Amino acid sequence: MKEINNFFRGITDGLPICVGYISVAFAFGIFATDSGLSVLETLLISMTNVTSAGQLAGVPIITGGGTLIELAVAQFVINLRYALMSVSLSQKIGKSVRMIDRFIIAFVNTDEVFAVASAKEGAVGRNYLYGLILTPFLGWSFGTLLGAAAGNVLPASVVSALGIAIYGMFVAIVIPEAKKDRPTLLCVIMAIALSCVFTYVPVLNSVPSGFAIIICAAAASAVFAFVSPVEVKEGE
Amino acid sequence: MNYSFWIYLLVMAGITYLIRMIPFVLVKEKIKNRFILSFLHYIPYAVLSVMTIPAIFSSTATTLSAAIGFAVAVLLAYFGGSLLKVAALSSAAVFIVEFIMKYI
Repeated sequence: MKEINNFFRGITDGLPICVGYISVAFAFGIFATDSGLSVLETLLISMTNVTSAGQLAGVPIITGGGTLIELAVAQFVINLRYALMSVSLSQKIGKSVRMIDRFIIAFVNTDEVFAVASAKEGAVGRNYLYGLILTPFLGWSFGTLLGAAAGNVLPASVVSALGIAIYGMFVAIVIPEAKKDRPTLLCVIMAIALSCVFTYVPVLNSVPSGFAIIICAAAASAVFAFVSPVEVKEGE
Repeated sequence: MNYSFWIYLLVMAGITYLIRMIPFVLVKEKIKNRFILSFLHYIPYAVLSVMTIPAIFSSTATTLSAAIGFAVAVLLAYFGGSLLKVAALSSAAVFIVEFIMKYI
């Protein structure tokens, strides 16, 4: 399988994620300092976690004086989807990725980094991956710092508009593949239907959102893996 | 805070990292099973879709502005807009809609 291993192609592909992250992390910075964390604490959370949903869920537990078990379970449930993504990405990486690289790249295997790497034709190599994760990590950290230190200077209307940016990126990743490949489109529709069920139907909507994400996505993917399995290319 | 901030930070970052790292380091062989390969092909798109809908509709100040922002994102993505373009213009659409709503 052909391997993409150019650092600068990684940088190019990572830049849009970086810009998206600056705006989302900015919102997180405002949220965390408003919740009572210091600028330094807020920045440290972003630099060591690099995940939006988990951080948003973690901050109220920390500032509200929650238990460590509560924090651990919340992070586990919300972030468990990354385990699926890591298995998937392990199939996508080329021979240039050494063991030590796996330990480092895993640290910034975010939803968006994973999605961009997955959408590449062929295998992805270590130089490409380091380029891909570099600017999103910096953008996430820098955006958090900006939001934490100076977020309240922005009008509410701008903060509201930035709230949709990360979802816009998700849409931009899913739509082209759904347009190209009909089974993917149907899988996406089924996943969305399940997601709405788990959001609006009583009892089911009390399932923690981290679990709901996994249940909905895994069910839709399993159904379509069974109904429309992908072509397996020999010799890869 | 009931504990030192550093203990909270360690638990939070540690769990998040282990979830990402363990499968990535342990799965070294190429998976041959066709069902699992197919499952892994669909997973990224399914996960992102589930995370987007319905959450996107409450990501801004009003459902209307979010819905229009979403429509703009879908149209742009359908016609080949880059990640950056789609994210930026859907944000801009939300801003404009909320601006107009203030004056009608």
